[in-house]
Amino acid sequence: MPTLTLNGAITRIDADPDTPLLWVLRDQLHLTGAKYACGMALCGACTVLLDGTPVRACTTPLSVAEGKQLTTIEHMAKDPVGKVVQAAWQELDVAQCGYCQSGQIVAATALLKSNHRPSDADIDAALGGNLCRCGTYARIRAAIHLAARNLTGARS
Amino acid sequence: MNNTIVNESRRRFLQGSAGLTLAVYLAPPAQAAAGKTAPRSFEPNAFLRIGSDNSVTVISKHLEMGQGTYTGLATIVAEELDAAWSQVRVEGAPADAKRYNNLFFGPFQGTGGSTAMANSWQQLRQAGASARAMLVRAAARKWKVPEGEIQVADGVLSHPPSRRKAPFGELAVAASTEAVPETISLKDPGDFKLVGRRAPRKDAADKITGRARFTQDVQLPDMQVALVAHPPRFGAKVKGFDPAPALAIAGVTEVVAIPNGVAVLARDTWSALRGRDALQVEWDESAAFRLGSGEILERYRQLARKPGKPARSEGNISSALYSANQVLEASFDFPYLAHAAMEPMDCVVHVTPEGCEIWNGCQSQTQDQMKAAALLGLKPEQVRIHTLYAGGSFGRRANTQSDYVLEAASIAKASRHKGPIKLVWTREDDLRAGYFRPLFHHRLTAGLDAQGRPTAWHQRLVGQSIMAGSAFAAGIKNGIDPVSVEGAANLPYAIPNLQVELHTPEDIAVPVLWWRSVGSTHTAYAVEAFLDELAQAAGQDPVAYRLALLGDTHPRHAGVLRLAAEKAGWGSPLPPGPAGSRRGRGVALHESFNTYVAEVAEVTIGADGGLKVDRVVCAVDCGIAINPDNIRAQVEGSVAFALTAALHGAITLKDGVVEQSNFHDYRLLPIGDMPRVEVHIVASGEPPTGIGEPAVPPLAPAVANAIAAATGKRLYSLPFDTTRLTA
Repeated sequence: MPTLTLNGAITRIDADPDTPLLWVLRDQLHLTGAKYACGMALCGACTVLLDGTPVRACTTPLSVAEGKQLTTIEHMAKDPVGKVVQAAWQELDVAQCGYCQSGQIVAATALLKSNHRPSDADIDAALGGNLCRCGTYARIRAAIHLAARNLTGARS
Repeated sequence: MNNTIVNESRRRFLQGSAGLTLAVYLAPPAQAAAGKTAPRSFEPNAFLRIGSDNSVTVISKHLEMGQGTYTGLATIVAEELDAAWSQVRVEGAPADAKRYNNLFFGPFQGTGGSTAMANSWQQLRQAGASARAMLVRAAARKWKVPEGEIQVADGVLSHPPSRRKAPFGELAVAASTEAVPETISLKDPGDFKLVGRRAPRKDAADKITGRARFTQDVQLPDMQVALVAHPPRFGAKVKGFDPAPALAIAGVTEVVAIPNGVAVLARDTWSALRGRDALQVEWDESAAFRLGSGEILERYRQLARKPGKPARSEGNISSALYSANQVLEASFDFPYLAHAAMEPMDCVVHVTPEGCEIWNGCQSQTQDQMKAAALLGLKPEQVRIHTLYAGGSFGRRANTQSDYVLEAASIAKASRHKGPIKLVWTREDDLRAGYFRPLFHHRLTAGLDAQGRPTAWHQRLVGQSIMAGSAFAAGIKNGIDPVSVEGAANLPYAIPNLQVELHTPEDIAVPVLWWRSVGSTHTAYAVEAFLDELAQAAGQDPVAYRLALLGDTHPRHAGVLRLAAEKAGWGSPLPPGPAGSRRGRGVALHESFNTYVAEVAEVTIGADGGLKVDRVVCAVDCGIAINPDNIRAQVEGSVAFALTAALHGAITLKDGVVEQSNFHDYRLLPIGDMPRVEVHIVASGEPPTGIGEPAVPPLAPAVANAIAAATGKRLYSLPFDTTRLTA
């Protein structure tokens, strides 16, 4: 029975190790923030962090997460960077339909942890696989820059 | 407008600031009021509930699918109620066409055509104002002071002379015993505190935390998940199937045939997915549709050579073309397009002997309620709909046939499972199972006089009807589906000889549907790209050419065009791009759903022919701007949506089979290709109109006209073939 650290808590999961993380999270653990939208790692709506790195939960089998730290949108408010990203998102009213936004926020949080002052090109590269049909991209970009400024302020 | 009067004796004439209007008192929904002998809340009408806990709940009759409707509707109510924005929350209305009728569709509850703000503006102002009046009356009675001395601000009633104060919650129960006022006055727009300012979105907190509940997220006790194997071609039927391989998958519980395929039920989604993959279905394709997109287009081209049914006819087109100094011709091709909302279609149903409960990001409650009731042998009121957030829709969830809702209900009908069933479509289902923006072909001919002014404009359109066979079919008059020709038949430019004709092929079995901005998705392109060619042939500036043709009879068109041109620096040279690149600026103008939008696009064509849209300057006139920040957000999003279609959007058929399957071959714009978007809103006192759709149509022609300015090449087919742009 695979064991991993889910949002900070050691969790044993009773599922076939081949099951994609997305369905473990959504159907078994009822953590529905990560979304199904393509099932082929083409859109990023299911983005979660595995040991801090963004991965697509729809194509990542449970076995890959064994023994690792799995972090989802549900944990972002407890993450020092994640909560600043969420606040920037809310301040700029980024979300429209909201379906892709969990993935966007998780990906943006991972970016800001590794790059404190991302350029537009850095954002394009890091979030290029996170599609938004509503086209909230201008605000996603602005919110990442805002969060970066707020984090810099908090650090200094 | 077609208001349904719920209670004749409570009908009231209300004197509004915008003139005498007939308002209808709509009682709160029955289920909300049922069983409450001692109300702890004040439910003055169908749209509002004020709790003794000081909460103000606005009941939205419209779906929130990203367009900001919950926030906009709540702003209108809160404005007239003088509520504090922080105390306001929003919930979706139950399905009830009497109370939650879209006043532009009705009696029909539904969201679409950018109507939410326009049809709710007076209704919700009155709802808020009459509730405020009842609260004031209750305070006056309690404090024994004249009503006229009571002030209301930020959710607090006060009587300054006696220094008494009470928040709404304290007076909610007392207010519920007051009579609904016979006359109320609405605010002077100069006194607005929320309308016209930024009210933060009411759904933002849910959507940044993953808490927002979409249909896909519904988990109910004893719920099973269903996937459907759909036929590979439209019109094919199930011939036979072997359920054994699917049933061999752990978690799969049942395999049932339904009218349009075979459903696999399972205890969870992953099991259902694997079960459907394992399922073997044999299809009867004897009646299947087998044409390819190229063959359909060729038929349409042939049809366009013959006269169609007249949608507009003025002057004498033949003689005007004959005597023209210069004649130009062009034809345009537009592919099928999928909506591709991020949340693929899904629906939860629970059928019991008492009725049917549905959980859905429901865009067309009355339609879905009637169709589900008919399928299940129920009365419409036995079908209860919980409208959840939709992860996008762009028209897809306002399905004229309630396709995926009926699919879910059909599974429940066929299955032995008595608990709730969640139908889930994969992305592949979503792109392949139909309901597309129809493929269209346009053929245009224009004649110019010696001064370059158009004297003749002849446009023929060929494409399937969306309204035919729908609840809106009565809107088809003289063989003209109005949504096929909108944006063409109402051409605003003054051209003395003008003819618009339509061919509506009825032998194409591809299911079609409205797609964000509907007919204008293709008419705006054909009109505005062709007009640009005329301006060029006339040797005139494209903005000045349009303004001359608008004259003084279309001030709102002219207003946004001038504003966009000014803000974009129209006429000033563009800064040069990288070495070897070419840059261009183009403009387009379009009205849809009574909202006027002009867009100026700036593009760079790289030395390798690569196209980059750098900047789009938009000017919008949607009447009173209820929430300017949301208007900007909708315009930004519309630019991305329309640019996606212009650069990548095409559903193509080969031998009747859809060739695309997922986001690798039905591409969406990534963040790196998002242009800089600037939005300028015309200050207006006109009643508000919609903004969810109207910024879509002008984008593609503005970009095409910019490409033509940069390269001299005109693009007659969408999506753009950018390989043609190399120098």
